[in-house]
Amino acid sequence: MVKWSDFERAAIQDIFSKINYDVVGCAALSRCLIVYPWTQRYFGGFGNLYNAAAITSNPKVAAHGKVIMAGLEKAVKNMDDIKTTYKDLSVLHSEKLQVDPDNFNLLADCLTIVVAGQMGAAFTPEVHGAFQKFLAVVVASLRKQYH
Amino acid sequence: FDAFPEKLLMFCSFWGTSLHCKTCWVMFNPKSESFCTSGTWGRMLSKKEKKLIKEMWERLTPVAEDIGSEALLRMFASYPGTKTYFSHLDISPGSAHLSSHGKKIVLAIAEGAKDISQLTVTLAPLQTLHAYQLRIDPTNFKLLSHCMLVTLACYLGSEFTPVAHAAMDKFLSAFAAVLSEKYR
Repeated sequence: MVKWSDFERAAIQDIFSKINYDVVGCAALSRCLIVYPWTQRYFGGFGNLYNAAAITSNPKVAAHGKVIMAGLEKAVKNMDDIKTTYKDLSVLHSEKLQVDPDNFNLLADCLTIVVAGQMGAAFTPEVHGAFQKFLAVVVASLRKQYH
Repeated sequence: FDAFPEKLLMFCSFWGTSLHCKTCWVMFNPKSESFCTSGTWGRMLSKKEKKLIKEMWERLTPVAEDIGSEALLRMFASYPGTKTYFSHLDISPGSAHLSSHGKKIVLAIAEGAKDISQLTVTLAPLQTLHAYQLRIDPTNFKLLSHCMLVTLACYLGSEFTPVAHAAMDKFLSAFAAVLSEKYR
């Protein structure tokens, strides 16, 4: 059972209430595909991912960014039991999508950087720490059903 | 490619070709026609990327203390295990130790950015320091690099584009790899 301090809980809720899901989801996913190009292996059906400009303007990437944010919202709404909330998602990623779980950390890092860029100085080291903890729990929950 | 010493390349089963530089374990991207950054041979960053990195660090040098101490604070907050290397310093926010140490780190990175193809030469004394005296587990370099990127994102906002982010991430990975060259 993950223990959240009042500060951490408040920080996470605050971040997710402030960010624009459409912008952040797309920006994080496209950054991941640009900075870590090998992650493109999972998106063969997305069309043109040839360069940064193509990726950033790719409509399938934008749409998928929204899907990812919707998934994260579930975790934000169920912070006290993300593991159970994500059970099916974990099975999906492991058995159907067959994603190497190390990639979750890459996307998590890109998401952190996008949120940091949006929030600027408001993304203090303490808030940043809470966000990293949240993402670590999300990633661990996604890894849980891999075998 | 012809001049590239084949025996120093590792076969990469994912890409199906010889793409990992054996010395610095940095992955070669076939689209960027470049090589590993350690001084022994060519570059992993393209000319454009090197110029971008050099310019960015030139701009950040005047605020080295702020950037450096913030990156460290972020690392201590997100990865508490890293604090164990600083038991001899006062690393509370705003402390003199934190500022001077942050400044040292950023200035070293900026120095490396001035001539990336000479990274191994520039970092030689720091390589020895980290390998024989500090002996910081190299996994921690990744953690600080990430926190450095977050600091830059906060500081530069939309200017920290995906392309700049990619170049910076590659540079910091290469920097960390060169730093750990003398470990064993």
